[in-house]
Amino acid sequence: MSVSAAAAAGERRIWVDALKRLPERVVIWVPLLLAAGQIVSFALWTIWVSFTPSTLIPVSGWVGFRNYTQVMATRNWQTAFDNLLLFGGSFVLLSVSAGLLLAILMDQRIRGENVLRSIFLYPLALSFVVTGTVWSWLLNPGLGIQKFVNVLGWTNFKFDWLLDRDKAIWCIVVAAIWQSAGFAMALFLAGLRSVDGDLIRAAQIDGAGPFRTYRRIILPTLWPITVTVVVIQLQFAITTFDLVRALTDGGPGIATQLPALVVYDFMFQRGMLGRGAAAAVLMLLILLAVLLPYAAWQFAQRRRAAHAQ
Amino acid sequence: MRNETLTPSRGLVYLAVWLVAAAYLVPLAVVVLNSLRTAEEIAQTSMIGWPQQWAFSNYVTAWGKFCVSQTCAGIQPYMVNSALVTVPATLLSTLLGAIAGYAISLWRFPGDRWIFGIVTLGLFLPQQMRLLPWTIVLRDLGLTNTIAGLVMIHTIQGMSFTTLFCRNYYISIPQDLMKAARIDGAGFFRTFWRIVLPLSPPILIVTVIWQFTHIWNEFLYGVTFTTGQQQPVTAALIALSASIADIPQHGVQSAAVIIAALPTLLVYLFGGRYFVRGLTAGSVK
Repeated sequence: MSVSAAAAAGERRIWVDALKRLPERVVIWVPLLLAAGQIVSFALWTIWVSFTPSTLIPVSGWVGFRNYTQVMATRNWQTAFDNLLLFGGSFVLLSVSAGLLLAILMDQRIRGENVLRSIFLYPLALSFVVTGTVWSWLLNPGLGIQKFVNVLGWTNFKFDWLLDRDKAIWCIVVAAIWQSAGFAMALFLAGLRSVDGDLIRAAQIDGAGPFRTYRRIILPTLWPITVTVVVIQLQFAITTFDLVRALTDGGPGIATQLPALVVYDFMFQRGMLGRGAAAAVLMLLILLAVLLPYAAWQFAQRRRAAHAQ
Repeated sequence: MRNETLTPSRGLVYLAVWLVAAAYLVPLAVVVLNSLRTAEEIAQTSMIGWPQQWAFSNYVTAWGKFCVSQTCAGIQPYMVNSALVTVPATLLSTLLGAIAGYAISLWRFPGDRWIFGIVTLGLFLPQQMRLLPWTIVLRDLGLTNTIAGLVMIHTIQGMSFTTLFCRNYYISIPQDLMKAARIDGAGFFRTFWRIVLPLSPPILIVTVIWQFTHIWNEFLYGVTFTTGQQQPVTAALIALSASIADIPQHGVQSAAVIIAALPTLLVYLFGGRYFVRGLTAGSVK
């Protein structure tokens, strides 16, 4: 066989091989590139729009940070941001403590644990639209709890947070806790169950009572889980949309406005795409302010674990 | 279970957990009872109460007769829309995620870590950052206000979750198994079909349940990208409460809420174990 024929055969084999592997390459790369490309290009594109003078349709042009300063100057955004701090802070604090408390109670070898667990977690299977609608009925003074107590005979009873500009945000806090405290409970309970039994027995032999054992031995091991739960709940708080839309629709007035609603309002109700995109990027920045320290912390944790080995 | 002595402190524990459990069940009980009460009865008392006469007709009205934004076909068409979006998007995103997860964790290819990292970033990118781009993509593909458009969005975006779930599961399959398959001359697809897929049911169930629940309950994309008769049921529920603000029909509305929540509640009831596993898997990103 001549040299050129061998080379031609080798070349053909490479082609045949490449052709044979084509289906697998397509199946691997096309979906992944779509998924990854969508994430990167969409994020970059929205960031770009936030710097353009786009109104009803996206247009090119450069207006610097004008959209950002204009968004931040609106009362809508300022209210939304203040609400986010109040809602995010109180909701996360309350739902995490409620979840931890529930987990500790559930960890006392109680009967019916499975039933109870199912009860605490079922709201997670519900849409926020459903949760919001139901709570809007319960908290509506003319329909729900207030009316119920009034009909029972206490006609002076008042519970009208939903219509109160200063208190309506607490309605959202209540509904959000109801929906997600069970989630915190599930994660904490898994953490409690993975605490080393020997450690607990050793503490008991040393004469530590149940409270001391919890405070000194068990709870400290829950720190990493607590951080994770807090971050997930914060992520939820920052992106909350459906719940508010169904429960108060941002009202009364704009009293329960949150960033996600402001974005939607700019983009699809007022047709100010540039400002809507700027508000979305601001949301992303708030999210990053939570997620980046968390990622750094996790990275440090992993390095420490690797060094310890 | 062994007998326990009920000390006062244990009694307190039981009291506390069951009180919280009651608080969790009350909203559900209220809506279920309301869905069986007449509008007059609710108007006379409150939304909280025991039905005086059982108004099962609320469900008939909610399912097929109720008017949502000028169309009086009840919630049924929107339930169909939700099913037509959720079922294909769930199956497709799970299948693509399983293949991607397998390719990344077991088959390995140049750039696998990078692409995996980018895809999982999608878990953190808020939907608000994607609203405008999706609007334009849908318009350019001629899929504005269609079920197919929503299926596409949920499939592509869902891959962030499904790829992560499957990759994290497959990573614990021993590489020796893969080597053995390669020595036997099995290619990408044969290995997936013969070795990986038979080991996959646990993670596939978790992924399907997770995706089904999320896509069924999704609201923002549904309300942004579809209108009128094309909307999924979550968006229709909001339109429904807006359209009957003048003549309250809380019994019928409660029935509609129950119907809309039923699919995911049933999935939760029958797949609870896997549901919880998905929750914990999804949170340990």
